[in-house]
Amino acid sequence: MRKLLPFAITSLLGSSAMAADLTVKLEVPRLNVAEYHRPYVAMWIEKSDQTFAGNLAVWYDLKKRDNEGLKYLKDLRQWWRRSGRDLQLPVDGVSGATRVVGEYTLNFAGDKGALAKLPAGDYQLVTEAAREGGGREVVKVPFQWGGKTEQNAKAQGSNELGAIALNIKP
Amino acid sequence: MKPATKIIALSLASLALSLPLAAQAHRAFLLPTSTITAGNAPWVSIDAAAATDVFFMDHQPLKLDSLLITAPDGSNAKEENANTGKLRSSFDLHLEKIGTYKVSLLNNAVFANYKDKGVPKRWRGAAENISKEIPADAEDVVISQMQGRIETFVTNGKPSTKALEVTGKGLEMQAITHPNDLVAGENASFRLVLDGKPAANVSVSVIPGGIRYRQNLGEQTLTTDADGKLTITWKTAGMYWLEASVKDDKSTVKGAKERRANYSATLEVLPQ
Repeated sequence: MRKLLPFAITSLLGSSAMAADLTVKLEVPRLNVAEYHRPYVAMWIEKSDQTFAGNLAVWYDLKKRDNEGLKYLKDLRQWWRRSGRDLQLPVDGVSGATRVVGEYTLNFAGDKGALAKLPAGDYQLVTEAAREGGGREVVKVPFQWGGKTEQNAKAQGSNELGAIALNIKP
Repeated sequence: MKPATKIIALSLASLALSLPLAAQAHRAFLLPTSTITAGNAPWVSIDAAAATDVFFMDHQPLKLDSLLITAPDGSNAKEENANTGKLRSSFDLHLEKIGTYKVSLLNNAVFANYKDKGVPKRWRGAAENISKEIPADAEDVVISQMQGRIETFVTNGKPSTKALEVTGKGLEMQAITHPNDLVAGENASFRLVLDGKPAANVSVSVIPGGIRYRQNLGEQTLTTDADGKLTITWKTAGMYWLEASVKDDKSTVKGAKERRANYSATLEVLPQ
């Protein structure tokens, strides 16, 4: 144990020195529609050439009988093409249930999941929403990973998504 | 004479049913309810029809006798609930395996024009029936072979390529871009192959569905390069119909001088 301990501490220090924490504020907007179902939402990171860099979250209907909710994941079209169709859901730390209208704060620790392995560079935070019997929208927020200063960036959805703001604390 | 007239009428009717491409005015297609699916063994329904305008079923159903469905592992899948109505045939396909299914309607037939005791006759049927159907003393016999292939592609989960392999018979499309990974604003490349070899310099027509709701046909006419390749730019999302046809003298039917090979596919393009 003694021998292992210094090594474990160094590696822990190493990753936290590199990685920042990402916080995303996401609004599921109230829509004035006759038929409303909670949206499916996927949030992921893409490189500047739009290729996939890692998943942050996917919200879908987990409660439907016989995993029926999985059927509609393909309606998150861009996410499905970039990543979804390659996955076996649920994915630990990524998938979750759909949410009601409101503002949500999602915290992603820099030493976990997609962020832990993310090399420094320019990226976009992509959020896609698709609603049963409704529309679909993709909102992108550019950010830089690996910088030394705190970053704030935001974008506004117009149909299926509200404001999306990100904060990165080194 | 009456029975003879009846047979001709019947064979002409079946000609219209299974070989609408011969009647230039009609376009034959398979139309799936979805091309990209997910979840626990989803279903798709597929219509098969020939019509003036692609995907508006206003003319004839296609016969399903020669339906061939290739599952993601290369095995054959079976259609369910097949039905032929006045305007379309339709069937269901249970996507029990993960990956891409190829759905093909094949037409292998011969056409014959001849004179029986001076009276011009037409016949269409299977190659092995030529000697049975055409009198031995018929004059001016002209036989041509027809190889037709009408396809579409459907994927459950992650697209795969095993089912896309070509058979090496007739005119076929070899995927370079996966046919279930088409997105508006992007390019897709395919290779046409005739008997498994690149089909160079073949004219290919690409028509988007939905003509009823616009004024222009919106047809793109492309020509395959020396390697049989063509690249399509999808301007808008939607269902597209692709068609190509070649004529040559490489008939595999004895006595047939000409061979005509047709290929058509229904491809779905999704928005970004």
